[in-house]
Amino acid sequence: MLLKSLKSIALGTVTLLCAAHLSVAHAQWEPTRTVEIIVPAGPGGGADQMARVVQGIVTKHNLMKQSMVVINKAGGAGGEGFLEVKGARANPHKLIITLSNLFTTPLATGIPFSWKDLTPVAMLALDEFVLWVNAETPYQSVKDYIAAVKAAPPGQFKMGGTGSKQEDQIITVAIEKAAGVKFTYIPFRGGGEVAVQLVGNHVNSTVNNPIEAVAQWRADKVRPLCVFDGKTLEYKDKVAGEKSWADIPTCKSQGLDMEYLMLRGFFMPAGVTKPQTDYYVELFKKVRETPEWRDLMKNGAFNQSFMVGAEYAKWVENEEKRHQALMKEAGFLAGN
Amino acid sequence: MSEASQGTGRGPSHRYVEVGVAIATALFAIIVMIGSLQVGITWGVEGPRAGFFPFYVGLFILISSGFNLYAGFTEYSPSKLFAEWGQLRSVMSVVIPTTVYVLAMPYVGIYLSSFVLIALFMKWLGRYPWGLTLSIAICVPLLTYFMFEKWFLVPLPKGPIEDMLGL
Amino acid sequence: MEELANLMHGFGVALQPFNIGVMVLGIVLGVLIGVLPGLGGANGIAILLPLTFSMPPTSAIIMLSCIYWGALFGGAITSILFNIPGEPWSVATTFDGHPMAQQGKAGEALTAAFTSSFVGALFAVIMITLVAPLVAKFALQFGPAEKFAVFFLAFCSFIGMGKEPPFKTLVSMMIGFALAAVGLDSVTGQLRLTFGFTEMLTGFDFLIAVIGLFGIGEILLTMEEGLAFKGKAAGINPRVVWETWKTLPRFWMTSLRSCIIGCWMGISPAGATPASFMSYGIAKRASKNGANFGKGEIEGVVAPETAAHAAGTSALLPMLSLGVPGSPTAAVLLGGLLIWGLQPGPLLFVEQKEFVWGLIASMYLGNLVGLIIVLTMVPFFAAILRIPFSIIAPIILVVCAIGAYTVHNSTFDVVLMLVFGVIGYILKKCNYPLAPMVLAIVLGDKAEEAFRQSLLGSQGSLGIFVSNGLVGSIMFLGLVALLWPVIADGWTKLRTRTAA
Repeated sequence: MLLKSLKSIALGTVTLLCAAHLSVAHAQWEPTRTVEIIVPAGPGGGADQMARVVQGIVTKHNLMKQSMVVINKAGGAGGEGFLEVKGARANPHKLIITLSNLFTTPLATGIPFSWKDLTPVAMLALDEFVLWVNAETPYQSVKDYIAAVKAAPPGQFKMGGTGSKQEDQIITVAIEKAAGVKFTYIPFRGGGEVAVQLVGNHVNSTVNNPIEAVAQWRADKVRPLCVFDGKTLEYKDKVAGEKSWADIPTCKSQGLDMEYLMLRGFFMPAGVTKPQTDYYVELFKKVRETPEWRDLMKNGAFNQSFMVGAEYAKWVENEEKRHQALMKEAGFLAGN
Repeated sequence: MSEASQGTGRGPSHRYVEVGVAIATALFAIIVMIGSLQVGITWGVEGPRAGFFPFYVGLFILISSGFNLYAGFTEYSPSKLFAEWGQLRSVMSVVIPTTVYVLAMPYVGIYLSSFVLIALFMKWLGRYPWGLTLSIAICVPLLTYFMFEKWFLVPLPKGPIEDMLGL
Repeated sequence: MEELANLMHGFGVALQPFNIGVMVLGIVLGVLIGVLPGLGGANGIAILLPLTFSMPPTSAIIMLSCIYWGALFGGAITSILFNIPGEPWSVATTFDGHPMAQQGKAGEALTAAFTSSFVGALFAVIMITLVAPLVAKFALQFGPAEKFAVFFLAFCSFIGMGKEPPFKTLVSMMIGFALAAVGLDSVTGQLRLTFGFTEMLTGFDFLIAVIGLFGIGEILLTMEEGLAFKGKAAGINPRVVWETWKTLPRFWMTSLRSCIIGCWMGISPAGATPASFMSYGIAKRASKNGANFGKGEIEGVVAPETAAHAAGTSALLPMLSLGVPGSPTAAVLLGGLLIWGLQPGPLLFVEQKEFVWGLIASMYLGNLVGLIIVLTMVPFFAAILRIPFSIIAPIILVVCAIGAYTVHNSTFDVVLMLVFGVIGYILKKCNYPLAPMVLAIVLGDKAEEAFRQSLLGSQGSLGIFVSNGLVGSIMFLGLVALLWPVIADGWTKLRTRTAA
């Protein structure tokens, strides 16, 4: 165990040194004081974990001369964090890690901000969504499950998810539309809690991210039915018994025509300069080279898309339009 | 706030403070109820809506405030004092500097304002010699700086002086 | 027996010199974090997490859990000395702890608090060692309805105890509920009671309210009464620890009850806060000296501290075995585990034996080391009260301001803290009890959320609260606790009548 981690550290350092060497020529600007990563969600969630992993990697491998701190600003479904960054115009020492609430919070609550108030830096990964049921239930496939939901009175089956009018509920509504069924959606505070509610049979299904439910899957407490991505996952290592992430079929192939991936990316306040964003892009490239990062990606079966600059901005813009359409359809837009 | 000013035996009547508090809680209740009405106070098919609980909480406060108002008039004789003026002056001698302290904090930062607050307190209320006053007033913000910003990496509000020093 | 062998192996791991050093460092840092309001256990661990990345996972988790112990111990210090609870579960400790300090018995109160914490935590660790798998199953029984029942029980066992006018108690508690409701409604995702102010988005944090109401309010009251802390006359008695210990065994029943309440709350996981309030409330009802609670009764320190620490410790169990954190601090620890490549969940106990038993062994040792460290510091803590008021008061104000600021990194909160301080002063003078308000701010939104989640699940039927044995019996216990004064009264009457 220890030996293995030492080995991977050594390996990581070597790759890092190479990466650092290559990037020396580009780095024009450097932080002059402590860099803050704002997390618009509570401690322990997916975005928070990712921010803390980045912080840990940067600290452990000395990727930056200044220190890095993580600050949770979860109030108002993350609105608190976004407003803070919006207000910190041209401050190059503030980053914010985003999840889907970048789009959903302003739409659902009317809190005044949009991604256009921020400067996109880099997309580090996309988080997958999987439809889970309790392993003791007889449903082996999406078809079994949807048939059972259809047979029951509308609203009898309970879908657990994180937050209200956010990604989990958007997916739930999309499933309802695609399959012509009706769930009762129950919002909880965090993904881990949702997974445990499923194990305890307090809800019938969830759309947890892989990392939130993997421990329960490995203990054979929950069963994945399908993944909400265009293609099956690329991770072929055995996770639970004989199964790997790659064995989970896509929902589309099972007759649920729905794709949803969640952004895990970084933004800065508006008004920062190009050399400043370039610095962080290089930093994140180095972070992605480390073994710790690869472990995280593998554990959570993340989609490792990496985007920067105009390409990233374009992606965000499209995604915003899509959320607007999805939320309008679901009736989640704020009244005013 | 000095010893001499106490014991004059005069001050605001407890009855009026009681009545004032009851009216204030009633006003608070009305604000809560208005806010609840804005988000819907009915019991929908899926259980109570966002304003249901706050609305009834507001209603409870309003009704109870009424009882407290009545009790304020009947149970407290007008001659009973809330506090003597001298005592209230002592209280205000903390409240006013602290108010200035918290209002100035966003502009001058926590370190400078804490220095002034501590120095003022020790010199004005405690009448300590300048040496002791200054050493404590300087040490506490300095210690705070190292403890929070350097060891625990918690950024605290800073003002123009810290910017000038490049901290 | 296999467990015992594993545990012995764990002790071997924890007793390595490096790990013992890490333990002591962790405790000292933790006490520091616990003493500074605003730097709570969760915060402290989050901040120090990166420090541990270069250590082996077992040493790292030993250090972090020792910070956790330290913070739990440290929380009691400011509650007792200055009436400023740094954590929600220390609020109940102020009720009797601070009056004791005012009577010059700060040393006794601190000793009782630390010792009770140790006993509570020890009880919880023993339970974790012996019945971990069973306990994990029990935790799975808790859905939204069961959680609401627990909150209901916490409220019921606590209210109706004070001597304040009932309408004032009601107003106070309801104001707490109203304040807890401000911000985002987690069930519908709507903003409520914010009236368009972005400062109100985050709602009213418990810590800001409590620093203001209790801490600042106390300073204002002290100012009014002439510039001195009442505890000033307290002598420094190095034998205070020993003398207090001699009196503690008397409260074994309260301790045991509090341990059980604490473990239950920690596992379910409702958390340490309801545990401490519930335990205090029940102790007050059960004790012969119940009428003196709130005036500096040592039993009133023993009950909440024991329960809070039993809960804080047992909250680690659902985190390890289910991956669901029982407290915010446990949530951050959970993040730490993931970074070291440890996957919390049902298989952790099977696949990572060395780590798990090393951790459990370090719980025993860390707790013991912590107790020794904090007990040796009791006379020094008590001596803080001898510092003249006009020096310590502005320093407390500064520390309070920092505490309020660090909650959301917002200067608006500091202003709010002062407003709460003035309100606290006036309400206290007008005989409004403040504890129900604080309890409602801490638990109000959680209780409402659980209630509405339950009703979503039952499609609006209230029957869900009696739908199975577990939820039904907790609700019944709640009703009994609520009506206890009436029941007890009736019982005495009945007995006197039959006797006569």
